[in-house]
Order: sequence, then structure tokens, then C-alpha cells
Amino acid sequence: MTRWVMIADLRRCVGCQTCTAACKHTNATPPEVQWRRVLDMEVGEYPDVKRVFVPVGCMHCADPPCMHVCPSTATRQRADGIVTIDYDLCIGCAYCAVACPYQARYKTDKAEFAYGEPMESEAKQFDPGRLGVATKCTFCSDRIDAGLAKGLKPGVDPDASPACVNSCIAQALHFGDIEDPQSNVSQLLAENQFFRMHEELGTEPGFYYLWDRKPS
Amino acid sequence: MSFGPKPWIQLHWDWRAAGNFMFGGAGSGLLLAAALVLPLGPAWAVSLPLGLALVALGLLCVWLEIGRPLRALHVFFNPWTSWMTREAFAGVALFVAAFAAFFRPGTATVTALGLCALVFAWCQAWILKASKGIPAWREPKLVAFILATALTEGAALAVLLALAYSRQDKLVYGLLAAALVARALAWSMYVDATAPKLTGAPRAALEAVTPRILWFGTFGSLALVAAASALPQPYALPLAGIGALIAIATGWHAKHTIVTRASLNQGFALPVLPVRGAR
Repeated sequence: MTRWVMIADLRRCVGCQTCTAACKHTNATPPEVQWRRVLDMEVGEYPDVKRVFVPVGCMHCADPPCMHVCPSTATRQRADGIVTIDYDLCIGCAYCAVACPYQARYKTDKAEFAYGEPMESEAKQFDPGRLGVATKCTFCSDRIDAGLAKGLKPGVDPDASPACVNSCIAQALHFGDIEDPQSNVSQLLAENQFFRMHEELGTEPGFYYLWDRKPS
Repeated sequence: MSFGPKPWIQLHWDWRAAGNFMFGGAGSGLLLAAALVLPLGPAWAVSLPLGLALVALGLLCVWLEIGRPLRALHVFFNPWTSWMTREAFAGVALFVAAFAAFFRPGTATVTALGLCALVFAWCQAWILKASKGIPAWREPKLVAFILATALTEGAALAVLLALAYSRQDKLVYGLLAAALVARALAWSMYVDATAPKLTGAPRAALEAVTPRILWFGTFGSLALVAAASALPQPYALPLAGIGALIAIATGWHAKHTIVTRASLNQGFALPVLPVRGAR
């Protein structure tokens, strides 16, 4: 079996938001919709202040609450763990959005463009099917599927990897199959200490955060 | 210890979603109260269409909120895990049961009506409980409060209907009194469990409901209803009417607050901070 997961190395992320821009460019999300966000957290009080950059988005949970609550079965989970939305089934009730503990879902009711009128690229990529329905990060499943069809390895070959991972200038984002002990993500998790966001809720997110190396 | 941006109030569900819990709760509560205590007669005959109208109004509120209203029937696609789907099916069953009880009143049809109304209110409570992203909604004690407030609103409407048809019905008063006490207890347990998880204005909004629902909604309503039950009809009607209206208003206020003002998400939290640099 395969389970695709993403890793964010918090020691490496510099908060450049290139992943956010790459995601927006690839998926043509409207203004204020960021399937891949980078939080800029300031922690502590002067003079003991730290700044942490935290990439967030859909965690593609193994037990996704968004899928369970969806009344239309628009939200589903593939065998490889990717949580998907069928825009033709979704009724836009936003129940998934309030069930998601990661604020990863968006609903846009009317067409919006960065400068009012759509630019050429926006007009080309505009999809009316995404209006009035829930949207979120897909782990660039179309890229993964196309890459696999060509015999490429997601997480290793850029043409089979999510756009955010490809764009990361600090190699903070990684993608791969956690079920494969030899994969890049399995190796990283074996060598480092990690956590998952809001793990106490039992959703088993497929997004891991590295924060330190394992003690030797 | 955790670090991260402060939570914020969800903006996906507004007064329209709250309307479903307010009107749907009152409507299903009235149908449940009618099945439990209203004797067959004019009040009973009015309670069924009124209850259905309130349920329909609640569902209309939801319909106004969804992004793709023409696909509304897709709501029936996931009875396996979605409480919203289950609510929709329970709503259909409730309408069928109410029509059956209206045209063929009998033990079986009235019992079925009560059960369907209870299941509908139960589904509403679990719609909120299943929302893992909102701490004030996923609190298990909310289920008892939503059920108790539905029954309270229904019993209050039943009191109004009974009085409108010149009946002093002790059983209806008794149901309202019991429901008011149950609601007060459920609210106290819910707010004690939930308020500490919230901060700022949402916590203040939730805590501000407590005196309103306890002092006005419970003690005030109970006092007025108790006085009404002991007085002759000309005096009873306004007293019980005010008591019932206060009971309904405070319940709606609480549910509106829970859905729109106390609905903080939990933000993002890091259990540890990254370790940078050489050690």
C-alpha cells in the first residue's frame, strides 16, 4: 500500500512563501484562498522572542473528519490517503470547513480576481465549477497521477511531486510514501523528532513537522 | 505548552445555520411535546402544522446558506457517517409521521411522530458535536443541551397553544417545567466544560448567556408558569405566555450564540519549537 504524506522541516523553513505562490500559480486559487499557507509565528516576549514559520494546509488525515461529515459524499479518500473533493457533488454547505481542525477548506461564492478583471492567466485557468463549493489542497494529485503514469517517483521526481515541494528554496518541504521504509519521508522521520498538528483529536494527519534531530 | 496564532471565529456558518438549530429545534420540540402531552383537539391540530412549519423554516435557512442550492438533494447521499444527511432523512420521516398522526391519530402514529421528532433533534445536536474544528461545538455536553432546549421550546409552544384554546393543562405545564430544569442543568454542565477552552469575546459571549438562561429563562419562566397554573384563565394566559416566550427566546439566544459568537476554532498550535543552530 501507499500513503502519501508531506513533511515540513521547521528548522529549514524561512517563511519565503514561495510554496504559497507556487500553489496559487499551479492551482489557480482566487485571492485570499491559499491551499498552502505559511504561518509566521512570533513566540515569547522581548528579549526572548523566537520566530517560527509553519507551512499548513490540508493535512490529508487518515481519519478525516471532513469526509465523515460531508452529506453529499463529495469529500472522499483515495487508497493512497489523499483526501479529494468532487466539485460536481459538493453542495457548498461548509460542514467540512467547520469540521476541519486545520482551517484548510475554503468556499468562494463568486468569481474574484487579483485586480478585479481577470488577467489572461486567470481567465485561462478559471473554473466556474469551483464556485460555491469547498476547495482545498489536493497534494497536487493530478501531478502525482500523471507522474506515476510516466513511471516517475513522487517526492523524488519534480514532475510527479506537488508544486509546493518543488518550489521550496530551503528544502523544508518533502513528499513521499510513508509506507515505503526506504522513501525520503520515512528516512527523515526515522532520523528526526517530529509531531503532527492537533494530534490529540485523533485525525492522524498526513503532514509531519520535524523540529529536531533524534538524540544519538 | 503550545505556541501559535490565536484562534478566530469561524465564518462559514452564520445566522442561517443558527436558524436551523433555532427553528428546527423548536419545531421538532413542539412535535415531541405534542406527542407526549397534548390531548387531541384544536391545540393538537394546530401544533402539527406549526411544528412542521418551524422545521421547514430551519431547513430553508440551511438552503439559503449552501453554495449550490440546486444540488440540495445531494444532502441525502451519506447516511453512513454524516449527521447532516441523517437530519435530512429524519426531517422527511418527521413530515411523513406528522401527516400520518394528523390524519390518522392513534397510539402508533403519535408514538412514531414523537420518535421522529426526537431523532431529528438528536441529529441536530450531533451535527454540532461532529464538528471537530470548533471546540465549543464538539463538546459532548452540548448534545444534552441541544436536546433539552428543543424540548423546552417545544413545551413552551405547547403551553401557548393550549392556552390559546382556553385550556389549563397541568401536564403541559409540567413538561415545560421539567424541560426548563433539564435545560438549566444541561447548560450549566456545558458552559462549565466549554468556557475554559475559549478566550476573549467568544468566552464572554458564552458566559453572558448563563445569567440570561438561568435567571430569566429558567427561574423567571418557572415562576410565571407556576403562577399561571394556579390562576384562573384570564390571568393565566398572559403570565404563561410571557413565561413561554422567555423560555423560547433564551433558548434561541443560547443557540445563536453558540453557533455564531462562541464558535472559535482552535487555531494552530505547536507542541514544541524547532531547534535551530549548533548545540
